Amino acid sequence: MLGALIIVFREIIEAGLIVGIVLAVTKGVRGSRLVIGLGVAAGVVGACLVAAFAGALAEAMAGIGQEIFNASILLIAVVMLIWHNVWMASHGRELAMEVKAVGEAVRAGGRSIAALGIVCAVAVMREGSEIALFMYGLAASAGSTTADLMIGSALGLVAGVAVTALTYFGLVTIPQRKLFAVTTALISLLAAGLAAQAVLFLQQAGVITVLGDTAWDTSSILSDTSLFGRVLHTLIGYSDQPSVLQVVVYLGVLAIIVALTKTVGARRAPRPKAVGAAPAE
Amino acid sequence: MSLARPLSIFALALAASFGMVQAAFADEPVKLTLTLKDHKFSPAEPTAPAGKPIVIELANQDGTPAEFESKALRFEKVVTAGKTITVNVHPLKAGRYRFYDDYHEATTEGFLVIQ
Repeated sequence: MLGALIIVFREIIEAGLIVGIVLAVTKGVRGSRLVIGLGVAAGVVGACLVAAFAGALAEAMAGIGQEIFNASILLIAVVMLIWHNVWMASHGRELAMEVKAVGEAVRAGGRSIAALGIVCAVAVMREGSEIALFMYGLAASAGSTTADLMIGSALGLVAGVAVTALTYFGLVTIPQRKLFAVTTALISLLAAGLAAQAVLFLQQAGVITVLGDTAWDTSSILSDTSLFGRVLHTLIGYSDQPSVLQVVVYLGVLAIIVALTKTVGARRAPRPKAVGAAPAE
Repeated sequence: MSLARPLSIFALALAASFGMVQAAFADEPVKLTLTLKDHKFSPAEPTAPAGKPIVIELANQDGTPAEFESKALRFEKVVTAGKTITVNVHPLKAGRYRFYDDYHEATTEGFLVIQ
């Protein structure tokens, strides 16, 4: 039972953390709970589908279907997270200052929340499909301990939900003013980490063969299979034995986010209200 | 607009990384063939030369799915009942590298021995 609990819990940590962060980011935004709920539900359905067709998926695209699929959905999540941060950089300030027409802001905000809903769906689908396969394996190998294992899995699920709750309540205790900066940083690191994970799949598939050497090995200091290692793996993309390319992509994504939020933020910054100055455009 | 810009930059970055792939075609990989039966890998300690890319083929002969995984070798791939998968491993230094079935990590493991 403990074994099943640990496996399910381990798989669910990443999704739990991500959903918790997204809940905190969108706290108080109208309609966000529905969108996130739909995202999680879609993720569960998607997970079952992925698990059901896992065999076919693995055989697709000359045997690298699974990797291409994983890399693709991870990269979708990365793009959504980047877009959210950039959107917040350009509109967050306006929202805070209430200088923008509320109608437009809410509409655009809706799109930004939809992006985060997709991120939740992707996270749940990825981890959930592995849990679904594991559960299927339990059911297939019928034994006297199956009920025991089912209980363990259910407890693992509960523990995963607890991670979401802890993440959410931990984040929302941060004062509103600082919360924005904290979640922006969290989402940036999350995006970079997910991009590095996508690289792992592309390297494993043999799609990318450059910079495959191990950049460092800190597995003896902090294994990314330990609980703390796993949490850090999700939150900041920590890996105990990353490839050089993973490190490069991680830093590249961070650089892209910083560059984009800076340019978009600057472009959208309120102009000085000097009346006499000649308009530049 | 706000979406198009990050998307296009991202697409460019992706295209660039795929371009690099074409350029770097390393030497022939060493192929290893493994089976998983009764939740045991065989051979449990396959060997391969150092400094060469490796392709591991795993045939799952059990009636349950497994997740073929290794942190040190950097792969994780689901293999359903009765199916065969392959994973690519970057060139390695001499040593012992652990791999396992993530669904039965404590009992189903093996070591890739690089000489």
